[in-house]
Amino acid sequence: MTKSNERKLTIARAMAEATAQEMRIDPSVFVMGEDIAALGGVYGNTRGLLDEFGPERIRDTPISETAFIGAAVGAAQDGMRPLVELMFVDFFGVCFDAIYNLMAKNIYFSGGNLKVPMVLMTSTGGGYSDGGQHSQCLYGTFAHLPGMKVVAPSNAYDAKGLMTAAMRDDGPVVYMYHKGLQGMGWLGTEAGATVHVPEESYTVEIGKAKVVREGREVSIVSVGMGVHNALKAAKKLEEKGVSAEVVDLVSLVPLDRETIRASVAKTGRLIVVDEDYHSYGLSGEVIASVTEHDISVLKAAPKRVAFPDVPIPYARVMEQFCLPNPDKIVAAWEEMGTLQPV
Amino acid sequence: MAPTRDEQHWMYRNMVTSRRFEETIAKIYFEGKTPAFNMANGPIPGEMHLSDGQEPVAVGVCAHLTPEDVVTATHRPHHQAIAKGVDLDKMAAEIFGKATGLSGGRGGHMHLFDADVNFACSGIIAQGMGPAVGAALSRKMQGKPGVAVAFVGEGAVNQGGWHEAMNLAAVWNLPFVCVIEDNAWGISVAKSAATAVPTNDVRAAAYGIPGERVEGNDPFAIYEAAGRAIARARAGEGPSLIEVETYRLAGHFMGDAEGYRPEGEKDGLFEKDPIPAMRARLLKDGAASEEQLATIETEAEARVEEAIKFARESVDPAPEDALTRVFAA
Repeated sequence: MTKSNERKLTIARAMAEATAQEMRIDPSVFVMGEDIAALGGVYGNTRGLLDEFGPERIRDTPISETAFIGAAVGAAQDGMRPLVELMFVDFFGVCFDAIYNLMAKNIYFSGGNLKVPMVLMTSTGGGYSDGGQHSQCLYGTFAHLPGMKVVAPSNAYDAKGLMTAAMRDDGPVVYMYHKGLQGMGWLGTEAGATVHVPEESYTVEIGKAKVVREGREVSIVSVGMGVHNALKAAKKLEEKGVSAEVVDLVSLVPLDRETIRASVAKTGRLIVVDEDYHSYGLSGEVIASVTEHDISVLKAAPKRVAFPDVPIPYARVMEQFCLPNPDKIVAAWEEMGTLQPV
Repeated sequence: MAPTRDEQHWMYRNMVTSRRFEETIAKIYFEGKTPAFNMANGPIPGEMHLSDGQEPVAVGVCAHLTPEDVVTATHRPHHQAIAKGVDLDKMAAEIFGKATGLSGGRGGHMHLFDADVNFACSGIIAQGMGPAVGAALSRKMQGKPGVAVAFVGEGAVNQGGWHEAMNLAAVWNLPFVCVIEDNAWGISVAKSAATAVPTNDVRAAAYGIPGERVEGNDPFAIYEAAGRAIARARAGEGPSLIEVETYRLAGHFMGDAEGYRPEGEKDGLFEKDPIPAMRARLLKDGAASEEQLATIETEAEARVEEAIKFARESVDPAPEDALTRVFAA
């Protein structure tokens, strides 16, 4: 690819493009959620869809998540393919029954006789002082419950391909995008998330992790914003003469344990970076994937750089103290070096 | 019953204090956020939901409340907090994320908690309802005086939690009042596109309780309607529902381009700004002299300046304090 035919898109535009392309070929796809029509989504991921597809297929909803997510389950079971938005993942509290008792379980309850082809897209992440009800990631909460695939893109290429794959899946997919990667000017955006995106429709396989940087001495495993922190940390480590590999999980469910294990088997060391809470979550699951499989590959105890187990504080100094960052990842490596091999 | 002259002055003072506070916050909010607007930057980061135009609701209701009464507020809480008597210094400091803030910087502008005056917030739509109903239940069970008021926006009535709480308050005959601030917009979605009935007072019928709609963002009419509902609650006669027509003179949040508003709507709203309207009315009724109003205005402005100064000069919390106060001491 030459520079001239590079087509850089934000994650927001990549999501909207995937949705539009799928809606053109599949009349059963429709979108509903709060402020997704005229406003184009608070995070821009449905921008332009109302103009092209009209209010019948691009539906603003009342602030009624239990009703419209439940309705998406019913519509999905009845031949439609709804794409619904939960504006902030933190709002799951008012509608979790529709998500985990209906959306996640109805395929199983029906013995596989039903399909529930729906996508629940939701914004995650903090770092801009929006307080403890508007900044969470909750990866572990969603990934813990059986019956839902869960994806979390770190860049626009994956965002488009995952959205197309999610809309074509016959079961429910939770699509967790990160506000700090979205490309909305008013939030500031990690530049590494805005990458070349092919114009044509394509899919990125759900359940397949990617080694986004090759290395020999430590595997840094993460998802979403954490991948960018991991890449920055890997650069800092390189300056110290340490060769770090970075694994982008891309999907949390199914979790690509093989890619994680292969990377750690090569490097012998594991750091997991997770913007979700430290305990009972993604970081522990990734570590267990390695240790319960073959602990002998480890040259040091694994480390995790995750959000401490406290509600997300508002004040900038306190929130930044809690969030993962490249320096904390480098520090984790340094602590690891002083540990005895397992 | 109409407000007394003293109450009218109190109402005007709190409306002006709230407006000056919001104007000052709005100005400071843009510090560090220009030329490129990024809400993470500046002395006041994060989302900012201003209540300009909605002051009459807060003062019309809170004029009847004492510190022992309970109020739960929304993501747009400043006018309600001020009218309920939340400490303005600590509130400003919380919005600046300072150690001297109401919660030492843990909560932020959507999570203002002041136990001294029984004030709490939730940034999740309609989720102040349950806690307010619970406070009303607690007062009834303990035989303690006091009523609970939940302020919500008109968009909140389509949440399941709103209905559940209304029904619970009614079936248990609790000293509770729900006040709906109808500013016509749920972010970009018009009330008419979200709610199946034009006004929500009719929903009271579903709970067998009185429902009232107050038009025109009129502080006196709000005062009277709230007076009836709160007196009913205090007398043990059960909950009430009030919907107030009000105006959101600002965007949903600061930085909102408001492209969804019909052209000219905002101009019309500014013409109906309730603060100049109340000022003119107090003068016309002979309820206040020009000099008295000027004094109220000067004092309100000074109070706001003092609070902002306190906030600015306060220190940041220690970063590691983020890990404290998670569990009860």
